[in-house]
Amino acid sequence: MDNSRANLLEEAVGISKGGRVVVVEDCVETSGTFVLYHFLKRSLHPDSSDVVIFIAFSHPFSHYERILRKMGCNLTVHRKNHRFVFLDMLTLECPDRNGKETRQDGLLALYGEIEKAVEIYSSLEGSRTITIMIDDISLIEVAANGSSNHVLDFLHYCYTLKAKYGCSFVTLNHEDIYSSANMLPLILQPEYFADVIIKAEPLATGLASDVHGQLTVLNKGSVCDLGGSSSKVRNFHFRVKENIVDYFYPGTQT
Amino acid sequence: MAETICRALRDGAFEGEHAPALTIKDTIDTPLGSFVFNHILTQLTSNILAGKSQARGVVLVALSRPPSFYVELLKNKGFDVSSSSKWLRVLDCYSDPLGWKNKLLERGTVRNPYEETLLKTTLCKNLKELDKVLSSIIELGKEIVEEGKGRFAVAIDSVSEILRHSSLPSVARILSHLRSHDQVSCIFCLVHVDLHEAKVAATLEYLSTMHADVEPIVQRTNGQRNISEDLPMVEQSFKRGKFHVRFKRRNGRVRVMREELYVEGSGIKITEVSSEDGITAQSLVPKVQFNLDLSEKERLDRAKVVLPFEHQGTGKPIQIYDGRKSLNESENEEKQASVEKPQTTEDSGRGEIIYFRDSDDEMPDSDEDPDDDLDI
Repeated sequence: MDNSRANLLEEAVGISKGGRVVVVEDCVETSGTFVLYHFLKRSLHPDSSDVVIFIAFSHPFSHYERILRKMGCNLTVHRKNHRFVFLDMLTLECPDRNGKETRQDGLLALYGEIEKAVEIYSSLEGSRTITIMIDDISLIEVAANGSSNHVLDFLHYCYTLKAKYGCSFVTLNHEDIYSSANMLPLILQPEYFADVIIKAEPLATGLASDVHGQLTVLNKGSVCDLGGSSSKVRNFHFRVKENIVDYFYPGTQT
Repeated sequence: MAETICRALRDGAFEGEHAPALTIKDTIDTPLGSFVFNHILTQLTSNILAGKSQARGVVLVALSRPPSFYVELLKNKGFDVSSSSKWLRVLDCYSDPLGWKNKLLERGTVRNPYEETLLKTTLCKNLKELDKVLSSIIELGKEIVEEGKGRFAVAIDSVSEILRHSSLPSVARILSHLRSHDQVSCIFCLVHVDLHEAKVAATLEYLSTMHADVEPIVQRTNGQRNISEDLPMVEQSFKRGKFHVRFKRRNGRVRVMREELYVEGSGIKITEVSSEDGITAQSLVPKVQFNLDLSEKERLDRAKVVLPFEHQGTGKPIQIYDGRKSLNESENEEKQASVEKPQTTEDSGRGEIIYFRDSDDEMPDSDEDPDDDLDI
């Protein structure tokens, strides 16, 4: 039962061979981090040999490890098996002391680490998709001292890895902090790049005890296939439980 | 009108005029601008290969898509990519716009950061120096046309990316420089307007002779970004949109055309504003028990009805009774009045209204106040 419900998100996101860009947007009322954990667990599934490069700006490794262990996925083991690369960026700061250069250098070094990891893992034998996860974009902006252009440059470089190595991307961003007009590019630009946009919002009718919010999945269809006609939009409710998330269509929960 | 755009770009620049320029605008609500761009690129390419166009080749400035994307695109449309070096040059500003990969390569962090493609590409490693970008575009164009008088087309796949690195005046300068270059046949570019201030769209519009706008079929109210309430509409907006084109003639006249755009498989289809819209409009009328529409027969019957006074004006003098007798008629009628009465009984089937005014005291219909002679 639970298995089929979990598939509602899978079904909406769909399966694609090549890499693709998934943008998760949440807001203060409804956190979207559970979607990130879902993708993390899926990529580290024992049946596949996919690799995840996780760039954490918001929490230390122990936090993710604790959550994922409850979901039945041991990050420490995956880390030892070289399937999970954790880049701890909690302390990344790109101070603006010597002009623009330093600010850019911090992000450049981070990008260098990502590309190096991607290069190593893609040269190994066997076909695997490398997924790059970022938690979250708004904190890169904090690290870059509020320069959204530098963040967009960094993201652009990350996306270039998709063309060469077929990497996938899952990024988390907070939609409600970019409400003013001059901040909009940071939320809109990733949306232009995205193949799938997942929005976590509170219920329009207010809070409910057994429904924690709604997810809207905009699947543009894969750009690799040059076809946009497969685009679809799905909306469903979710309930975050201790170690699993229930997804269901509105009104189907008894 | 998409064909008119393609024709204008194909015909290129006239002697003593700047090259025609097209700006394609879209927003995140209908992000179909890149489909339009690809459509126009492939149309122009087929015109070039058929030798119909003024341009001999295209310089593609790739900013938002990797060159490999264009290889796939051209292959899908049936072009021979291996011989593309005769008519296509790509300035790759996508792979390494800030030179980061080059720096990492020098530091030894990575070994081979660049992607290999079938297209003949030139890498741009510093997008901030627009003058160098401009000179490489022109150089690449000259490579295509070789040493001659031929012209080339310039395609920029996202001005938004350039605008992130440079100011608006410098971008405008580059565009107008390209337009006025005597070897440029035409320019077209894409811009995502919601990433920029309103003045950017206006500036680009001033710089272009044609302006294609991709808009949602139904505008969302008050610019809300909450999409969970109108899902079908959002889904539609990824598949179709309004396609508004503005042509600026040389004499200053502006022609606006409205069409519709559908995403179809690997490309787009642009149609006249379809009758389908009428059908959807009809189906939107709430279902009621009585008939609001006319059947075909009823419509024909209605067309046959002769309206009052419609028969007049066909040779006969127009007679509209205003309560007064015209002079010549009043003389005749007075004579005939007594004679006519018996006649009417004979042909009573004719149907006739005979009206005698009771007396001349009766006022003809007029605006005059009948009581104005009263002495109160």
